[in-house]
Amino acid sequence: MSAIAIKASGLGKRHRLGGRSRYLTLREALVSLARAPFARASKRDSKGFLWALRNASFEISHGQAVGVVGRNGAGKSTLLKLLARITEPSEGSALVHGRVRSLLEVGTGFHPELTGRENVFLNGAILGMKRAEIARKFDEIVSFAGVELHLDTPVKHYSSGMYVRLAFAVAAHLEPEILLIDEVLAVGDAAFQRKCLGRMDEVARGGRTVLFVSHHLNAVRRLCGHCLWLDGGELKRFGPTGEVVSAYEASLLADPRAAGPEERHARFTGWSLGDSGSVHVLDTLGTATVHFEFETPQPIERGRHGITLRDHANQIVWGWAVSGLKFPRGRNRLTYRFSSLPLRPGAYQWQVTLFEEDRMLDEWYGAPAMTIDTEVLADCRDEFAGLLNLPFEFVPGPKED
Amino acid sequence: MTEPVQSAPEGKVIFIRPRSGWVRVDLRELWEYRELLWVLASRDIRVRYKQTLLGVAWAVLQPTAAAAAFTLFFGHFAQIPSDGAPYALFAFAALVPWTYFAQALSGSAGSLVEHRAVITKIYFPRLLLPLAPLLAGLLDFALAMALLFMALLAHGRVPQMGMLALPAFLGLTVMTALGTGLWLAALSALYRDFRHVVPFLLQLWLFASPIAYPASIVPERWRLLYGLNPMVGAIEGFRWALLGTTAPRGELLAASALTALLLLLTGAAAFRRLERTFVDVV
Repeated sequence: MSAIAIKASGLGKRHRLGGRSRYLTLREALVSLARAPFARASKRDSKGFLWALRNASFEISHGQAVGVVGRNGAGKSTLLKLLARITEPSEGSALVHGRVRSLLEVGTGFHPELTGRENVFLNGAILGMKRAEIARKFDEIVSFAGVELHLDTPVKHYSSGMYVRLAFAVAAHLEPEILLIDEVLAVGDAAFQRKCLGRMDEVARGGRTVLFVSHHLNAVRRLCGHCLWLDGGELKRFGPTGEVVSAYEASLLADPRAAGPEERHARFTGWSLGDSGSVHVLDTLGTATVHFEFETPQPIERGRHGITLRDHANQIVWGWAVSGLKFPRGRNRLTYRFSSLPLRPGAYQWQVTLFEEDRMLDEWYGAPAMTIDTEVLADCRDEFAGLLNLPFEFVPGPKED
Repeated sequence: MTEPVQSAPEGKVIFIRPRSGWVRVDLRELWEYRELLWVLASRDIRVRYKQTLLGVAWAVLQPTAAAAAFTLFFGHFAQIPSDGAPYALFAFAALVPWTYFAQALSGSAGSLVEHRAVITKIYFPRLLLPLAPLLAGLLDFALAMALLFMALLAHGRVPQMGMLALPAFLGLTVMTALGTGLWLAALSALYRDFRHVVPFLLQLWLFASPIAYPASIVPERWRLLYGLNPMVGAIEGFRWALLGTTAPRGELLAASALTALLLLLTGAAAFRRLERTFVDVV
């Protein structure tokens, strides 16, 4: 089983100039607010193209389960989309041997007006299953999802939990030779997530080739023998999971932005959640306290500080800046208290900056990512879910005077 | 639960690389995906009639109501000639294929934008999306045709040999709808403005086709130019086959068929060429 499944040679994808201009202007507005150059390590080349992925070369053998890790915007999803043929590369090439199926979201193509039964066949066909294959696995899919009683109800009447379970159940019964999966395990309640992870485990151990993008490093450790680490659109490292994930984690903590010894600025050392189950997992829609810690070799007199929170697509969901801060030498802490952080479940990244007047002391992409793991209150269909997971009450009825 | 993978991969190799210029239509791949085409078409049909009061009755209601209005205003009040056939049948025989054409065309044209959530998440031949509405529309078309046949029989008109040519005229209609649909689908994925073009285009096209009037009222010297509208050949053909009106002239049919073929070939080429950029822009 050492035959090559995927061989990528210099694979790259660039985005057209101007394609993200609105995003850029929005970002620029924020920059001027904080007077902080928020720009990431620029991926723009001399002609102004934005490269989402560049020069990725690697080989994956049949039967390997490979994790793909990296920060938000590192090119993980782009890599998957290229291999899944959803989008075409701008340069380089890849050879893929065998039947490929990709899973970038659960429930692709689900139609709210159709019943659970009809949607299983529709979604299965879109995912590339033959009708006979779906029919054969139908009972298994339904019992995996636990929606036997509602098979002939339109899915628009399903609870979000049921909807997601059914959608994942179809996907979980795909049996391709090569499976490409993007962060789709962050769906459903914890019990169902465990079930999905178990299923993934089976798939990976069943001799299939799996490429698995995830922020859940523990899941990657458990499921994948090898790991690809992407950083800023480039392939940083490819090797046994233990080594690569450890190196990746180390890089998150000791960011290479560390400056030379003669200009030892302040540096952020970590972030944590104050009152949640885990230090980096937010599981409540109630009060959320976030601490950022930094060390400074000399006192800060006229400090400025900016912060943004980005989602998996690197979109800023929130940003803020402040000036006129004073800090003593040594270890300091910036604490944010939110009465609620009602974001839809997923991985988010903090970005914080610290300035002494106009001189940047540190810019840090808070690592690890913040995982939001609250119950989904919004519409569970991706395109209608929006960014927020707002707690709300809905009261229909006649108007009372 | 998981079946073991058959030892050797099925020997299928996909080569992923940047393509440029024109790309041919991969008919073999389309054939491999025929089940998905079928599923998409049957979904279109199911969804159209879910939670509707009249259900499939809509399929016949639309051309029937239009024929009734045409008969009253154009046939009765405006006294538009109808090549010797009763005006109601004359209009109905044209409105049945026209309704199919209009629905198939707008379905095709909107298919990529409508399915943008799907095409950014999974791969399948994108051509299936504009093809599905053409297939789905055939059910409505068949129902309306059945009603039309009943109306013909009620008028004491027995089917003639000419009806054997109906599939050819339907083919002409399908080609025209698909060719135009491919162009508009590709363009509206890139520029949303083209969505507004569709209703407008269909309205103009209705006037430019012999639906409410016979092609014979177009002056002789303009007739061939008129025939460059492929729906002229198709509609005149339908009428001739169903009502036994004068047969459309050979060169008019040839002009229509040629335009339809040209539309289809250029539409497919444009679609394939623009296809690779959809995902990055929709």
